[in-house]
Amino acid sequence: MIMTLAFRNLFHDRIRLVVTLVGILFSIVLVAVQLGLYLGSSRMITANIDQANADLWVTTFGAKSFEDGGMLLYSAERHQALATPGVERVVPLVVSFAEWRKPSGGSTRVVVVGTDPEDDGLVPWALKHGTWSDVKAPDGVAIDRSYFRDLDVTGIGDTAQVASGRVRIKALTEGVRSFTQSPYVYTTLARARHLLARESDATSFLLIKVKPGADVEQVRNALKSRLESAEVLTKEEFRDRSLKTWLFKTGAGIALIGGALLGLLVGTVIVAQTLYSSPKDHLNEFATLRALGSSSGYIHKVILGQAGLSAVIGYTLGMIIAMGVVFASRDTPLPLVMTPWLAAMLFAVTVFMCAISAMSAIMKVTKIDPAMVFNR
Amino acid sequence: MTGETVLEAVDVVKELGSGAGKITALKGVSLNLMAGELTLLMGPSGSGKTTLLSILGCIMSPTSGTIRVAGRDTAGLSPEKLAAIRREHIGYIFQSYNLFPTLSALENVRIALDVRGMKGFKAAARAEECLREVGLAHRLKYHPGNMSGGEQQRVAVARAIASSPSIILADEPTAALDTENGQQVMALLARIAKEQNRSVLVVTHDPRTMPFADRTIYIEDGQIVRETRRPEGLDAPEITDLSKRRKAHG
Repeated sequence: MIMTLAFRNLFHDRIRLVVTLVGILFSIVLVAVQLGLYLGSSRMITANIDQANADLWVTTFGAKSFEDGGMLLYSAERHQALATPGVERVVPLVVSFAEWRKPSGGSTRVVVVGTDPEDDGLVPWALKHGTWSDVKAPDGVAIDRSYFRDLDVTGIGDTAQVASGRVRIKALTEGVRSFTQSPYVYTTLARARHLLARESDATSFLLIKVKPGADVEQVRNALKSRLESAEVLTKEEFRDRSLKTWLFKTGAGIALIGGALLGLLVGTVIVAQTLYSSPKDHLNEFATLRALGSSSGYIHKVILGQAGLSAVIGYTLGMIIAMGVVFASRDTPLPLVMTPWLAAMLFAVTVFMCAISAMSAIMKVTKIDPAMVFNR
Repeated sequence: MTGETVLEAVDVVKELGSGAGKITALKGVSLNLMAGELTLLMGPSGSGKTTLLSILGCIMSPTSGTIRVAGRDTAGLSPEKLAAIRREHIGYIFQSYNLFPTLSALENVRIALDVRGMKGFKAAARAEECLREVGLAHRLKYHPGNMSGGEQQRVAVARAIASSPSIILADEPTAALDTENGQQVMALLARIAKEQNRSVLVVTHDPRTMPFADRTIYIEDGQIVRETRRPEGLDAPEITDLSKRRKAHG
């Protein structure tokens, strides 16, 4: 009967129900969008790090992110790393901003990524058109198809000037976007160095794969002692550092999380107001329940039942809208991401929000004097 | 069991308000309610009837004096403990019925059982039985808004008797009803008192209810001023309409 009464109370006043659901919807969609953007941004920022087959990253000292490696490592560091006990493989990786001159004039910044996938370091992923063998052909590069307009190209075969050399699009990726909005241009290690006019052994990062069974931490310490001018980071450390740089030092992540918190706050206020006013309208019924001998716990359960039903209905509708927004954003420069974890967290947040809102109603109902049933 | 004291009030005083606005609503009231009796509590407006009913029903606590429900002293009990006493021993009938507008007649009775921990099929069966008892077997799924005042009050009676309380307290149960419905409700309460051996206390100022009373207590200015008993051998009037309806739909 508790849930029956909660359900009937909730649906008795349709306008209030709509206001409650709008509050929850607003909150869910806003939090989903903000956190979806946060997750989408995080994935973009760390995509290359996640895709690379490396236990440790050797970076120039103070490198802040994947795009911020500079090109200050050379073969000396590579050989020192190779000679370190426990190291199985050391794969150079070049990453640097460069100027992309558009075929019809003007220019834009891109991030040139030079890699030799045969070395099993960073293997470009999501290649949907063309192959890496095509990229290895003269002037070959791979770009993401979502950047055609930014780069002023129309597809495979188009040419452009990058830094000091000409490139020809030989392969296309899908969904490999850049948080900096400077598109990634993947090419071979040698061509990247050539385009950037750097020494033939200059590199931004050394991707370290440790031998099977070797202790990553021990190898890291050994590398640290040998490479005094470089930093040796675990994959997780480099991910965190990149995320901190782009999301928190730029303020973008704080804005996204702040927006999510604001959505949560506004949603809670709206839901609290409606959940508070609902028991007010049913005060006489709660007083009757009390006069009939119900415990205060019984009445609290009715109110929490109302809040729970609001949460489930609001969450379901909110998620339908949020998934629509996620779907609509899939081809935008910053697609939203919805994960099962985020969906579960949103549900927990909704229930929490409704429970907090119900507390205000419970505090009011707790003060009911059952004698008011005689005053009607 | 008949004649056994189920509720006892001894020298009950109730002060309401504070400071200059303080009034003494009850000035040393003592009374007993017996099983199997329908007692009327009559008096003019402001005489303290409803305050006394609230105190007897453990909704209000007296300023001084003693209330014993089924032999248990209620002094100093917490609101939750008083609620437990109401759950176990007392059924309420209100002047304005106080039914839940969003629940059907059956659900309105079931909820009184639900707060007492009776759930599911057993509760549904008991609620239906009580509604049959008050002649509303044909209105189980009706909502209060679709029922007459008399029918709503009978749902309230069914709700009050559902958990088989030893005491039923009714606050002006006929005030919102026409004569015919008022008579039916009073006949029903008198029958419940007799057949189910319960103590029924009806607060009223309606003289038409008097023929149904075994005992009538008059209260004025917070004090019991008179008490009368129906002469031995004189039965309460029979209202046949209700039983006919019950047979027709039961």
